[in-house]
Formats: sequence, structure tokens, C-alpha cells
Amino acid sequence: MAYSEKVIDHYEKPRNVGSLDKNDASVGTGLVGAPACGDVMKLQIKVSEDGIIEDAKFKTFGCGSAIASSSLITEWVKGKTIEEAGSIKNTQIAEELALPPVKIHCSVLAEDAIKAAISDYKTKKGA
Amino acid sequence: MSAMTAQQKNELPHTLQNRKAPIYLDYQATTPTDPRVMEKMLPFFSEQFGNPHSRSHFYGWEAEDAVEIAREQVASIIGANPKEVIFTSGATESNNLAIKGVAHFYKDKRNHIVTVVTEHKCVLDSCRHLEQEGFEVTYLPVKENGLIDLDLLRETVTDNTSIVSVMGVNNEIGVIQPLKEIGAICREKGAFFHTDCAQAVGKIPLDVEDMKIDLMSISGHKIYGPMGIGALYVRRRPRVRLVPMINGGGQERGMRSGTLPTPLCVGLGEACAIAEKEMGAENERLRRLRDRMYQSIVGRLPEVYLNGDMDQRIPGNLNISFAFVEGEGLMMGIKDLAVSSGSACTSASLEPSYVLRALGVEVEMAHTSLRIGIGRFTTEEEVDEAVECIIREVERLREMSPLWDMHNEGIDISSIEWAEH
Ligand SMILES: Cc1ncc(COP(=O)(O)O)c(C=O)c1O
Repeated sequence: MAYSEKVIDHYEKPRNVGSLDKNDASVGTGLVGAPACGDVMKLQIKVSEDGIIEDAKFKTFGCGSAIASSSLITEWVKGKTIEEAGSIKNTQIAEELALPPVKIHCSVLAEDAIKAAISDYKTKKGA
Repeated sequence: MSAMTAQQKNELPHTLQNRKAPIYLDYQATTPTDPRVMEKMLPFFSEQFGNPHSRSHFYGWEAEDAVEIAREQVASIIGANPKEVIFTSGATESNNLAIKGVAHFYKDKRNHIVTVVTEHKCVLDSCRHLEQEGFEVTYLPVKENGLIDLDLLRETVTDNTSIVSVMGVNNEIGVIQPLKEIGAICREKGAFFHTDCAQAVGKIPLDVEDMKIDLMSISGHKIYGPMGIGALYVRRRPRVRLVPMINGGGQERGMRSGTLPTPLCVGLGEACAIAEKEMGAENERLRRLRDRMYQSIVGRLPEVYLNGDMDQRIPGNLNISFAFVEGEGLMMGIKDLAVSSGSACTSASLEPSYVLRALGVEVEMAHTSLRIGIGRFTTEEEVDEAVECIIREVERLREMSPLWDMHNEGIDISSIEWAEH
């Protein structure tokens, strides 16, 4: 399969690989996907007092498109409010990375991952 | 390779000379045509172009002679009589013809077929079609090492079984089935024994008498011969009869009509002759390379698992699961290597390899597997380069893998409730 240049770039030089302290109250963690399906994404955000995403990190088990989708979304959400980050659509990711139809699920997973991270952060804040 | 001249080496496909191209490690998918084979084929595209079935002139006789020599060469590597070898377009056709042909011919006496879940798709799909026609098919499971259970086979074959089809060597995991024992069981029960030896010819010693094989499928392009040609061995004593699939001029003893492609027949014959002569030395060389590769990988990477039996296996195959690293992602990282993956993402079906699943390999492990095939033109230098490349990428991708983190934290990944999507 031919990958787009942007997918290759993110795959070879992934941005923001790593982990944040999941016990930190300002960190939200999203873990989506399943090993049996061939992709798992862990996406973490660190949110400031005023609701801005200061940092984002990911780890992904999956194909090149899954790695690229998660790398891209960590770039996008940094500096955004959690509301802005939560409104990112998978179609934007798919378009930016020129994902072929069989790889659309990778962008869906990235959208799910950021939503899960935000929801985890909100739950923690509420608790 | 000592038998190859410098000029012949120059005729190797450029990808096997040019180190900028990916290193070819997919010898179970196909093999490059040996330059010595190609050289033998060429005249039959030009000067010696005759129709081997033309009986009235020199051009036909010359082509026919060449085809008959090729038939002898094919017969020789499996211990058969040349009269028992018919040419086909490849192992897919041979498998279809053997299984459907025998099933149809004997359907009034016996309507049960036995095969194995890890067979090539063309065998399984032929059996599915027969099932739809009303035949009864038993798909034998395999043990964890990929081999069938002989006791189970003995219980399964009945006096209603017309044909038992078990492959010689598996294309994904390279394991060798106990053909001689299977042949004995079939003979005892009066069922014909067919074996798909597309991956076995030239890799393991084969003898249709000793192994009591009644039908055998052979493929040209898996044994350094050309694509588009294969053969089917059909026993004459006791005679195996089959209903042909292709009707026409009655060539190939009526079992497979159509003008024989002389250059391809010659190529298959020469490929068999070379394999017969060089198999011993080639296997020894490949075993050394394969062990070198495997030892380096398991010595330097934790959590890697070999799929399929190591002892009952051809030396040219490794199938390894690299836990916590997804196969397609890994393939992208090792793009300087041409290998194939058992991951779902690389197959049209979106299912991970059914062969690995049949061994009991978990779906998540099947997703992390690579099939590495080495062969006649693989060098030690290429093996070393491949090892470095694989280790580097597996380590890099594990650093990026949330599952690797969990594993290191002592979390059992199968204990997590994943939302399947
Ligand atoms: C075990 C096995 N059987 C059959 C085939 C089909 O062979 P051919 O390509 O000659 O039709 C292959 C090759 O894909 C194979 O590996």
C-alpha cells in the first residue's frame, strides 16, 4: 500500500511520543482500540487551570496510519481549549493525512482517543 | 550458487543485484526465476517455437521432445514415471483438478473428502465448492506446532472417503506434514492421497512410492521456475481417475486439454532438475542462514515467538510474532525488507492469518507476526542487514507501544476489557 507523504513523515518522526503522569489531576488519559483489532491508542493531555491543553502525548500500537493519526492529533490539540480539541472530527484528520478508505478507522480512533482523554480529565476534575 | 556463471548472475533481476532495492525475503510468495532456467527457456520463445502437439513436422517434434524431457525432469524429483505427470497452469489449477476431479469421478461410491484447516486457500475453496454440491468435507485441525494428529486422521478417514488432501509444506509457517505416515493411513483405508507440494518440491525429499502419494500438485514459480506453469502427478498403478475441468483436444491424457506452453514446461523441468541436484547443499546453506537470523533475533529481542514447529520445518522459512508491535506498522518501518505479515491490515479479508489462528495463536499475537522467507539468492550480508533492521524497528515501535508499557508494568493485557471496534 502506498502511504501519503504526511503519513510517512509522522510515522518516521512521530511528534509527542511518550507518557504523562496519569495520576496527576490535570492529566486526562484516553485508551481506545483493542489489540485483537490491531490498534490501540493511548492519548494523554495536560490541561491548565483555564482549560487550555498545555501538553499532549501518545503511544500507539498499530499500523502507520494509526501512528500518524495519533501523532497529528497531539500536534493539533496543543494550545487548544478542551472544547476546541473535543470538536476535532476524524474527517479532518483523514483529509490532512490523505488516508485511504480502509484506513479511515485510524482517524476515528484518534477522535475517540481525544474525546476519551477529555472525558477522563473532566471526570477527575468533577471528582 | 557455485554452478552459476558471472554472466548468469548478471541476469538476475536487478532488485537482487541492486542493494538500493528492498532485500527480498518473501521466497514463499514467489521465487525469482533462476537465470539457468531462463536460459533454457529462451529458444522456445523464438527459433524453437513449434506446437508440441504438431505431429507432422520438425517444429512440432522438436517442441515435443523438449516437453517430454521436462516431464521426465519433473517426474524424477518426485520418484514418478513421466507418464504420470501432467502439466497445468500452476498449483492452484492442480489442486482444483485433483480434488474436484477425484471427488466427481468417484462420487457414486464415496462422497467424503478430508483436508486440513491450514491448507492453501485454493484447496479450502475447492472443498467449499464441493460442499455446496453436496459432498461431505472434514477439515482436520492442527496441533499447536502446525502438524496434524495422525490418530485423528486415522479416525476420520472412512470407507466413504474418496480423497485426503494434506499439504507437504505450509506456505506461511513452513512446517512439514508427515507425508509417509499420512500416505500409509490413506492406502490402508482405500482413500486417495493428494498432497499440495507447491512449497515442498525441491525443499524436502519426495518419493511418491515410498510416501504412497496418489496425486501431487507442483508449482513452477515457487521453485525458481517461471510463473504460470505447474504440474499434477496422477498415479497410474493403482490408477487414479478424475473428471477433467478443461475439455478440448484431449492433451495430457485427456485430463487437461490445451496447447502446452513449451517454454514454461522447459522452465519447470529445468527448475526441478536444478533443485534435485542442489537441494542438499542448498538446504544446508539456508539452514545456516536461517539459524543465524533466528538466533540473532531471539538473542537480542525479548518477547518474540516462533510460529510453527522448528524441527519439522523447511530451512527457508521463519514466522515470528513480535509481541506488542503491530505487523503492518512494523512492515512500514522495515521497508528495506520485502517480507509479508500475518496482520489483518495487509490482507484483503481484514482477518489475521487463519493459519496462525489455527495453531491457537491469539488474534493479537497474529497481528504482530512476520513471515520471513529466504532462498537461493539470499546472502549472509542480506541476512545480517535484515536482522539489524528488524531489531531496530521493533525496539523503536515498542517504545511507541502502549501495550509494551503495560507489559513492562506487569499488566496482563488479556485481563483488560477492550472495546472491540
Ligand atoms: C501451498 C501453496 N499451494 C498452492 C499455491 C498456488 O500456486 P500457484 O501460484 O502455482 O497457483 C501456493 C502459492 O501461492 C502455495 O503456497
